Amino acid sequence: MMNQIVQGVLLGGYYALIACGLSFMFSVMRIINLAHGSLAVLSAFALWLLASRFHIPPFLGLLVVLPLMAVIGWALQRFLLERSARGGALLPILTTFGLAIVIDNVLFEQFGADTRSLAPFIGSLSYDSWEWPGSIYVGKLAVIIFIAAVLLLGGLQLFLTRTGLGRSIRATSEDPDTAGLVGVDARRANAVAAAIAMVTVGLAGAFLGMRATFDPYAGATQLLFAFEAAVIGGAGSLWGTLIGGIVLALAQTLGATVHPQGFLIGGHLAFLIVLFIRLYTSGLGLRGLLGLASGKAS
Amino acid sequence: MSLLSIEDLVVRHGLLQAVRGVSFTVERGETLALVGANGAGKTTLLRAIAGAHQAASGRVQFDGADLSGVPSHERVRKGIALVPEGRRLFVQMTVEENLLLGRTAGRPGDWSVERVLETFPNLKSRRHAKAGHLSGGEQQATAIGRALMSNPDLLLLDEVSLGLSPLVVDRVYASLQGLISSGTTIILVEQDLNRALSVSDKVICMLEGRIALAGESKNVSRDEVTKAYFGLHRAGGVPA
Repeated sequence: MMNQIVQGVLLGGYYALIACGLSFMFSVMRIINLAHGSLAVLSAFALWLLASRFHIPPFLGLLVVLPLMAVIGWALQRFLLERSARGGALLPILTTFGLAIVIDNVLFEQFGADTRSLAPFIGSLSYDSWEWPGSIYVGKLAVIIFIAAVLLLGGLQLFLTRTGLGRSIRATSEDPDTAGLVGVDARRANAVAAAIAMVTVGLAGAFLGMRATFDPYAGATQLLFAFEAAVIGGAGSLWGTLIGGIVLALAQTLGATVHPQGFLIGGHLAFLIVLFIRLYTSGLGLRGLLGLASGKAS
Repeated sequence: MSLLSIEDLVVRHGLLQAVRGVSFTVERGETLALVGANGAGKTTLLRAIAGAHQAASGRVQFDGADLSGVPSHERVRKGIALVPEGRRLFVQMTVEENLLLGRTAGRPGDWSVERVLETFPNLKSRRHAKAGHLSGGEQQATAIGRALMSNPDLLLLDEVSLGLSPLVVDRVYASLQGLISSGTTIILVEQDLNRALSVSDKVICMLEGRIALAGESKNVSRDEVTKAYFGLHRAGGVPA
């Protein structure tokens, strides 16, 4: 049991990593990016291409891919999301949904349906483990991912609260018009936020490729996990995202011990339970919450 | 050369013309009071100068440069700062963070968080409080401080006394008096006619988007302004 909890918590680190970009984009730019998972898979394919074609190991490949993801994020915001946001609150969701389909199918056309992994390119790291007291074996990679998640979330938190650019991004998310009146370039702040979100996605994609396998259509599953972790943790809260990731992973691990196919069900159940508790305790009920949502959209 | 010169400015909200052909100039170091009934176009005029609304026609010239098409954050960089109606603080951020945001434009000058706290001593103990948890007077002081942090050449104040108790209004104006005597150029919108006339060098009374009366504050009688306010007076004042 102890073993499962430890493995669950470590897996939660990965979920937090993939969820944090989604949660960040939602809280700062009010955009639910449905292409989130596909962009993570895109990053994984980019690293795989560098590794298999040019023999650049994935950790080194990140030096190329992460800046590239930042540029993609910037361009995405400037040329796609910013324009579609002018058409109302729903349009960016549809736009990112379309973008996900485009990315998935371009990847399919380029790389075919084969399942890939970055594990062969990182040596023994993919299966090395440490033995902890109580004969618990923890994978080195899982620990690295967990630490990376904590560092990333902590770094983002520090960036948002301690730097001028971070403050500008928070001000823009609160009130873009007034942000402009105090001297913040709201367009730039949003573009920087999108670039940062894409860097986190790129990192998540790298770890996805190292710890598991991926194929061109793997994005939807990653989006689902990210979405569940973000909602459980309370969308918009960075440390909540870590808790959300851990709760999701623990529920999945627990589900898997109950039934061999209980892994996904366990996660979904935890997600639904948290969602209904939120609805119930918000005192609004489903109708009230929907009213609130449509009020916000207008 | 005037610091601010406005020529035949028209600003629309959709089909509604909020400002219908307004012209005036403001010299460096002057304080101009804008008065008028609700809906006369005062707030829209200030927001158009700050770049929150784009002009439909006419020109806003600041320090010799045409501001057409210049977005609001660029105007802050050029030296225009607005204290918006209703304060519009970033309520989830602290007082200090709100003030530091005012420095985003990076204009050189004397204003710092410390100096704002000296100017508004009621903020000292609230430095790390969330702006949403402040009293009205503290919020107003933060909003003014945030604008000052950009070291503006032109400060636009939109109804800084709105929603404040008379005592707090006195305190806010006492702080403003210091700014006025230090030579900051100010345009202020104020509902309290006596106060508007006593702090300003020039006064403009707006009516339905046009200037109904303009003149030197010391030469304009309260009666004249009241008439212009309600539209009983046809523009007969000295053009400002």
